[in-house]
Parts: sequence; structure tokens; C-alpha cells
Amino acid sequence: MSLDKDTVKNIAYLARIRVADEKLEPLAGELSSILDWIEQLQELDTDGVEPMASVSDVTLPQRKDAVTDGNCQAAVLKNAPDGEDGFFTVPKVVE
Amino acid sequence: MTKLTELNIAAARDGLNAGEFSAAELAEAYIQAMEAGRDLNAYITETPDVALERARESDARRAKGDALGAMEGIPIAMKDLFCTEGVLTTAGSHILDGFTPAYESTVSANLRSAGAVMLGKANLDEFAMGSANITSYYGPVKNPWGVNVGKDLVPGGSSGGSAAAVSGGLAMAATGTDTGGSIRQPASFCGIVGLKPTYGRCSRWGVVAFASSLDQAGPMTQTVRDAAIMLGAMAGHDPKDSTSAPIETPNFEAAITGDVKGLTIGIPAEYKMDGMDAEIQAMWDQGIEWLKAAGCNIKEVSLPHTKYALPTYYIVAPAEASANLARYDGVRYGLRVPGESLDDMYMNTRGEGFGDEVQRRILIGTYALSSGYYDAYYIKAQKVRTLIANDFKAAFADVDAILTPTAPSAAFGIGENQNDPVAMYLNDVFTVPTSLAGLPGISVPAGLNKAGLPLGLQLIGRAFDEGTLLNVAAAVEEAAAFNFKPGKGA
Repeated sequence: MSLDKDTVKNIAYLARIRVADEKLEPLAGELSSILDWIEQLQELDTDGVEPMASVSDVTLPQRKDAVTDGNCQAAVLKNAPDGEDGFFTVPKVVE
Repeated sequence: MTKLTELNIAAARDGLNAGEFSAAELAEAYIQAMEAGRDLNAYITETPDVALERARESDARRAKGDALGAMEGIPIAMKDLFCTEGVLTTAGSHILDGFTPAYESTVSANLRSAGAVMLGKANLDEFAMGSANITSYYGPVKNPWGVNVGKDLVPGGSSGGSAAAVSGGLAMAATGTDTGGSIRQPASFCGIVGLKPTYGRCSRWGVVAFASSLDQAGPMTQTVRDAAIMLGAMAGHDPKDSTSAPIETPNFEAAITGDVKGLTIGIPAEYKMDGMDAEIQAMWDQGIEWLKAAGCNIKEVSLPHTKYALPTYYIVAPAEASANLARYDGVRYGLRVPGESLDDMYMNTRGEGFGDEVQRRILIGTYALSSGYYDAYYIKAQKVRTLIANDFKAAFADVDAILTPTAPSAAFGIGENQNDPVAMYLNDVFTVPTSLAGLPGISVPAGLNKAGLPLGLQLIGRAFDEGTLLNVAAAVEEAAAFNFKPGKGA
């Protein structure tokens, strides 16, 4: 599977990672060689095989839908690179 | 008396119990060793004040006759992937700049309540993605064994700082995490013991996530007994991690009986790979002889899908990573690089904050999960993962443990294997299958190669049967009588 520059640029946009234009070409080469190597999985017949999402046999536990914490606004905001009046701030998103 | 920094956990426990030295003296000795060993770059953050405070608390508990924990007064390094309350936690990444968690991971909290003393946060590959500890934003870690060959060697990865700290005497033991081999491969490269427990044995809560269906915390120690002691302190059910197994933690140390007679050890035919290093093969053969001599039955087993494990892993792990690492958005914690719009800010932050390897994996994962490719890559890999897990299930119907090499080579030079991502991924060829199947695996130092570098043997066990695994590992350890230290030669 060979990826071209434009595809890499699109994947990088989907992942919200800024990749400099001059890095797109070498990155396309690296990603293509990884995908080529992964391609060997297609040799295997996996018809009727159940996909495995988790190795644990246990059923996921349920708990009461109850408030278990709260009143920790300061702790939540403590590491914010930019905060104001008890909120996280972001660049303007509404015109 | 032996230097305090040459003691293992079991010996330090005896010394503390006998009043030969205090936890504070032990902590001070390690703080000095940590400062003297800064050239290894094993620690990202040293926490001498935390260490001394906890050591004094431990001494006070002992003086008062309070109940003592299994790790009472033991100085350890904490891989910098575990969130530690009030202590910088970086995951080896620029994107977590300045992140000081307001909470403590369950595993580090368990260790603390068992009396362990944290010396500092150990260096690692960025977000635990790497096999050589060269992807850390905080620089590469040096393997203490480099002095034996006169060049800078990698310690393995991703738990490279942890392995170098234990091997170089800068910590008595350390925590690691293992997603595809990140505890076992560095343990092998640095001549120490590294145990990846069964998936679900240790809580993942508060551990910076890489690939959630694979990540598992475990001990990195000087001896198998120490691994048993430390695992007991780390493990346990945690309601905050829904994949944490709701079962009792057994007494792992008691499982080391010294008697492995009659156990059946599997040797997987598919692990004998073309072009395998002759010294690795010889070490493996030696391991088989040791276990035979200890009274084990040896049986060849087949794990037919072994060759597909690495490509499966390099879909599953990046896919999960691309989802997990979506949280680094420059809004709530860590680095923010400004931009014109919200999207711009995201892209600038993530472009600058993530290193090359992490970006590669996020991109592969994003591609594998994108519409049109999801079935061909992600679902396909999940199906092959089922086949790999079934291989192990079939093998474990006939054997009690499986013996393999840990890694395909000894430690290599810093800068080698760096230009080809796939060549770097091959380091984990023997460890990744176990991770995909969620089984416990341990690396035990078995000997030195001709160049004077350590080689490890891996034992793989049944799910939640770390007891048998540790018992067999102790038999290998005893037969190997590996008592080499870096710099002291063979």
C-alpha cells in the first residue's frame, strides 16, 4: 500500500497534526513501508474469526449511576495552559 | 557490610528488619548514587525530598511498631508514565510540559502504601513508544553496560530509564509498563529481571495511556524474588479500571518453592527464526538444558501465527494510540502552541508537541481507523489477534510455561537501527505475541554474550498464573547464576 503526499496531508489533518510540507514526502515513504510490511496479514484467511477487542474474559462491571466526586474545579483547571474565571480558554470558535 | 546500593529488595528487607540500617540511610545512599549517575540520563525528575520524607515516615512506622508493608523503606524509580500527585509527569513528551497531576496512579499509590520510597521519575520513550529509549524528549538513556564495550549503548525501551536505573545501582527496583515488550526487552538489554503481568493484574488507572487493550504495569528488579515481592505490592483489583481483574492477589513470593520437577515447558518451533543470532540460539538451548536438569519436561509446541504478531500489533497499538492521544489538545494541560483558529491551535500544538515516532504511530492509527480502511486494517488485525491468542490457548493445554529468548539481539549502539522504523519494531518479535494474548511474561538474565553484554530468556505463563511463571523463572535464575554487574567484566 503506497501513500502519496496528499493522502498523508489528509491523514495529518484528520489527526490534527501540523506536518511541514517538506516532511510530507519522506513521511509518505516511511508510512508506506510500514503499511507494505503490514500487508502480509492479508495472506491469512480470517473468515468467520471473531475480532478480539479485549483479552479479558470478564464482563464489564456496572456501578450505580451516582456522583462520586465533584467540587474540584481548581484541581481540574490547575494544569490548563490558559484559563480564566474558572474556565478553559480556547481561540474564538463562534463568529 | 555490602554497600547499601548493592542490596536487593529481599536483602534490604532483612537488613531493615534487623535494624542494621534505616530507610532514611538507604534513601540517602540511593540519592547520592542517583546524583553520581546522572550521565546515564535514567531519571527525568529526581525527587530526593519526597524520598527522604517517605523514608523517614517508614522509619517512624517501624519505630512505633505499626503494620509494615511489603516494600517498606525500599527505594524505587517510578517510570514517568505513572501520574504522581504534585510531581511533574511527562511521559517523555514535550506535549506534557509542566503537567503536575492532582492525583496519584493506583499502582504508585499501592506501592506507596506498601512503604516504597520514590527516588524519582524514570526516563522512557515518548509515550512508551520505542524499543531503545531514543524517542524521549528528555534525551536518550545510556545503558550502564556500555562501559563493557567502550561505547554508548541503548538500554532498550520503552522502560529504558527504569532498566538503566536498576542495572546501574541508581534504584533498588523500578516500575515499568509493557505494551509490546517495554518491560522485558530493556530488562534483557540491562541484565535485570522484568515481569509483565497478565493483562488486568495491575490497574491502569493513572498510567498515561498508550494502547489500552495491551498496556500493563510491572516490576523491574534485580532478582526473581524481588519481582514477586514488588508485583504483590503493585497488583490488585481497582474499581477505577474496568479491565482490572476482580480477583485476590496471591502471595507470589510463596510460589517460589525451588521445586519445578514435573512441570512441562513448551519450546515454540516458530520462534526459531531464519538468521537468528547464534549466541541467542545457544543461550536458549542452554535454558532448555537448565530446566531439564531441574526436572522439567521439555515439549515442542507450535504457535503457528507468530510471524503475524508484529504486523498485527502495529495496527492495533497505533489505532488505540491515535484515539488515546487525541486528548492532547493544548486546552486542558501541557503544551499549547497558539493558532489563528481552534483547529490551528490543535495542529500547531500537536505538530510541535509530539516527536517523530509518536506522530508516525498516530498517523498509521488514524489511517487504519479511517473510513474505507477500517475493515481491511483494524478489523483484520483484531481477527488475527484472536488467532494468536488461540495459538497460546492450544499450547497451554499441554504445557505449564513457554521458554523463548527475550530479544533477538543484545543491546545495540545509540544511533543504530534508527533510520528504519520496521527494523526497530523487530526488537519486539518475541515479546509482542504474549502482549496480544494478554499473558504474563518475564525476562530473566541468563548470561553474557562474547562481547560481554547481557542476554535474557523469556518465560511465558498462563493467564493469572504468575506464581508458576515466577517459580520457573527462579529455577532459570538459579541455574544461570548471573551475578555480573556492568563495568566489572565477566
